[in-house]
Amino acid sequence: MGWLPDPVERLLDVALVGELTVIGRGGRPVTHPLIPLYHEGKIYLHSSTLFSKKLEHIKRDPRVSLSLSDPVATKGNLDRATIQGTARLIEDDPHSDWERLILGLWRQKEPMIDDFLKVRVALPLFFERAVIEITPERCLYWADGLTDRAPAETLAPRAEAA
Amino acid sequence: MATRTAPMRSGSVAAHAPTAADLERLATYPHLLVSWVDDDGYPVSVATSFETDATAGTVRLAAPAGMAIPTDREVGLLGSHIHPTTGGYDERRYLQLWGRFDGDETFAPARAWGWDEAETPFFEYSERSVPQSRRYLEQLSKEKGRTIRPRLSPFWLVLRTTRLPFLTATAVPVLLGIVVAATDGAFTWWTALLTLIGGSFAHLAINVTNDIFDTLSGADDANTTPTQFSGGSRVAVYDLVSIRGLTWVALGLFGAAAAIGLLLVAVTGSLLLVGIGVAGILVGVAYTAPPLKLVYRGLGEIAVAIGFGPIMLLGAYVVQTGALAWEPLVLSMVPGALIALILFVNEIPDRRSDAEAGKRTLPTRFSPDVIRTGYLVVALAAFAVIAGGVVGGLMPWPTLIALAAVPLALRVHAGLKVHYDSPYTLMAVMGANVNLNLVVGGLLLAGYLVTIVGMALIQ
Repeated sequence: MGWLPDPVERLLDVALVGELTVIGRGGRPVTHPLIPLYHEGKIYLHSSTLFSKKLEHIKRDPRVSLSLSDPVATKGNLDRATIQGTARLIEDDPHSDWERLILGLWRQKEPMIDDFLKVRVALPLFFERAVIEITPERCLYWADGLTDRAPAETLAPRAEAA
Repeated sequence: MATRTAPMRSGSVAAHAPTAADLERLATYPHLLVSWVDDDGYPVSVATSFETDATAGTVRLAAPAGMAIPTDREVGLLGSHIHPTTGGYDERRYLQLWGRFDGDETFAPARAWGWDEAETPFFEYSERSVPQSRRYLEQLSKEKGRTIRPRLSPFWLVLRTTRLPFLTATAVPVLLGIVVAATDGAFTWWTALLTLIGGSFAHLAINVTNDIFDTLSGADDANTTPTQFSGGSRVAVYDLVSIRGLTWVALGLFGAAAAIGLLLVAVTGSLLLVGIGVAGILVGVAYTAPPLKLVYRGLGEIAVAIGFGPIMLLGAYVVQTGALAWEPLVLSMVPGALIALILFVNEIPDRRSDAEAGKRTLPTRFSPDVIRTGYLVVALAAFAVIAGGVVGGLMPWPTLIALAAVPLALRVHAGLKVHYDSPYTLMAVMGANVNLNLVVGGLLLAGYLVTIVGMALIQ
């Protein structure tokens, strides 16, 4: 189980899209809308090799943040959160690692993915994918999405102790 | 708030200097995310309210409470949109701006990049990104010390590499050649079967060969709007199979076709068959291969008409009868024309990349009106050949049933008017055009089979 506040875990469970910010060349923040998956305290995102610049950025600097902020993507949940953490890439076998690790979670959020998988032959590179595993370290939470108020901040237990 | 936005091209298009249109577009997003890299080295991203000023080229941001947007480094803004659907989401679009925040609520963008799937369909966006996938996998291979390539299951890889479904284009003329021979009293089932198999091997070999040369010429790389009917197999573009691998596949298929062809020559003793077989292979290979490169010289459609018309149909006829005749020659014009029309329509979405690669296909050389009219003329000419063949006494009258497919040809022609400029909606038209050849071929076969049965009953 994770240490993230319950409302944030709920956001992670329902969000169809979150915004991953990575550190690009020259220290520029680069943000990518992605489908976030959450399992046992870790956040999982995934990226096709087609759209893999973000993966290259993460290799250079694994520090990332994930924002859950769009109520349309969170099924009307107005809460907002930003989670900072360190990303690890799982890319030993881009053809099938992701199926083993996160397809079940992905399918729960986006059942339509099975229809795409049936026609994998049509777009084979889309299904060559790396998994981005984020270990959360700091969480900022805005109840009701009111960012004109200071967020509630929570640190990962180890980070808090340090 | 702006209600009109200028078209934005994206995909792997490089980031650009922001325009007033970008800011007008940003204003249409319901919320905005501001991001920066904090002093501790971690990125921060926070939703905030905003107003755009397209004239001034700036965005006014409400700084999130308790957080200071830095003024000494680049800041990013992201507007994004999805529309949840049952089981997923669509209407994906986003726009990202980078620039500086002045500490007084004003953000001045210096770079912009985005994607709107309504303007750049997902498939096109993906195709534009293929070079990025190749770069990534090459780098990953270096990091891991082993080759990491994309994969497909063997079944799908064979199907995709050989473009197996296009074999219907071989089946129609070969079967017609066989039934015409049968009406002349000549039919041996196992040579008929070998003809069909040998012709199929030759067709698949030519498909693979064409992919090799289209990849080497850059034509397939330049094509960012392939469809299931156009743009080649793309197995080499995707690095699913190497050019060397494709060469071995092509040689294997050619070898199998040649072996069957030689067996048929030995059985029939027909030197005509040698000539037809060699001509077929030469036309098929020369379609894209140097030095002739027929498709690059504006002769691709004619080459296909000859290959899938007289060569296939007469070849099948000669295997059974050992001789040439007028009836199969005239009849061969029908599948020849209709299969050339399959190529012709499938070339429409490829016309820009074909032009870039120097392929002078008809859609690269003529206006849409000329192409559409050309389609109608050739399709109707094919039906005129059927009618003329019957009236002239060359073909049996039951083959007139094939004229029932005229409305399908008209439907394809009408579809070309509507979907000419949209590769993905044109797919349905391309599919209907493929069906036209199958339906006409099937009806002609039915007409000949009725004739054969009638002859048997009379005797």
